[in-house]
Amino acid sequence: MSNQTDRIERHSAPERVNHWLVAILFITTALGGLALFHPYFFWISNLLGGGTMTRILHPFLGVLVFLAFSGLVTRWATDNRLTDADRQWLRQIRDVISNQEGNLPEAGRFNAGQKCLFWFQLTALCLLLLSGVVIWRPWFAPYFSISLIRVAVVVHGVMAFLLIAGIITHIYAAFWVKGSLKGMTTGLVSRAWAKKFHPAWYRQISGGGKQ
Amino acid sequence: MALQSLDIVGRSASTTASPQQRRTAEIAKLIDISKCIGCKACQVACMEWNDLRDEVGTCSGVYDNPPDLSGASWTVMRYAEVEPEPGKLEWLIRKDGCMHCSEPGCLLACPAPGAIVRYSNGIVDFHEENCIGCGYCIAGCPFNIPRLSKKDGKAYKCTLCSDRVAVGLEPACIKTCPTGALMFGTKEEMKEQAAHRIADLKRRGFKNAGLYDPKGVNGTHVMYVLQHADRPGLYNGLPDAPKIDAFVAFWKGAAKPIGSWILGITALTGFLHYLTVGPNEAKEEENEQTGDRP
Repeated sequence: MSNQTDRIERHSAPERVNHWLVAILFITTALGGLALFHPYFFWISNLLGGGTMTRILHPFLGVLVFLAFSGLVTRWATDNRLTDADRQWLRQIRDVISNQEGNLPEAGRFNAGQKCLFWFQLTALCLLLLSGVVIWRPWFAPYFSISLIRVAVVVHGVMAFLLIAGIITHIYAAFWVKGSLKGMTTGLVSRAWAKKFHPAWYRQISGGGKQ
Repeated sequence: MALQSLDIVGRSASTTASPQQRRTAEIAKLIDISKCIGCKACQVACMEWNDLRDEVGTCSGVYDNPPDLSGASWTVMRYAEVEPEPGKLEWLIRKDGCMHCSEPGCLLACPAPGAIVRYSNGIVDFHEENCIGCGYCIAGCPFNIPRLSKKDGKAYKCTLCSDRVAVGLEPACIKTCPTGALMFGTKEEMKEQAAHRIADLKRRGFKNAGLYDPKGVNGTHVMYVLQHADRPGLYNGLPDAPKIDAFVAFWKGAAKPIGSWILGITALTGFLHYLTVGPNEAKEEENEQTGDRP
């Protein structure tokens, strides 16, 4: 029964392109940022053409990440509204990590974990953009006081680490929940996948309340 | 600086030991503000020796010229007209520039390996060929000294004439000072010299005269004799108690291992979760059941 009708579209082509644009830009920006942050990671600057090139490119790449992610926000913000069912889902996080999703309230297009990550990413990127402008040399940093720059570098570093940790979790989740990655590459998922992991969304797209 | 590379005891963004076979005497520049007449010969000597020619600016209405440090002005005289006591005007002229801290905030903040080094003689030097132009040294410095050059995007500051000192010469500014306000020698000698000067100033009525060698940065290799050591701020905002800022200390201290561990533990947790709980898959037979439905 593995004909085409078994598979349903989870993400449209523009959504997928937008997602991977964010992903590629984010990874490049994060690697450059790590190189600037800790001597252990300074060698990564070679991937971007050396220390000076990393310093020049990193902020521009960061702005592009923000702009590209803004595209995802316009596409997905409504699907990411947190509901009471999501709060219950989060309370049962043990069921989530032990693959007992049958016990969980039905997830919509995105589950509560994805929604939390989405809003966290948006918050983190806003803070990274604001703090990044303050420390951006030679263009903007001279307009800010040194004490503000010191606060901004700490905000920038802390948010960057939390965001990278969030993204590592996101990448692992895509690896853990089989079929998710295809949903973001080909755009298609199986009906079984949709029913198992996003039942409320599946009901919605397969026509009204019937199952 | 092949020989001097043997004397580097601290390097920016480097986690392993620096070469430190040789021992050199700890040196210091002593600036006796009570003897300075503000002639700016030191500024000129600095430009000459280091082949620096800053852009000719405009007069800002005071003697300060150029008005601030820059990529091509590594020392500037700062003139302050103050009344330490009401009705008693004093003209306090301070030669501003790098203080060559024993615990340099610039070196701590710098992310580029070997762009900032500290020699065993106490000099803190920028190696501009390694500088990436991020300006973190500016955020790290408690004295607001380093400046990014508009020409090449690299950070510059006083080298304490590390090239001259390496071959047994005194810095260019010391050599030219006509009043003896600038002195140079080992740090111990300079402290002794300062003690004489301070005793003299006290006899002349400056009861708060003292040496500026701030403990917060573990001492400096440029020290001031101040007539009013109780109020360094009188001297064009010389900081009272300079030290590496708490945000900089956290950013370059705990934040690095904590951040790195957070990333490592997150990735390891995922790995262990996959090994113990395993992947979550939608089964094929369910697929068929649901596939029949529509």
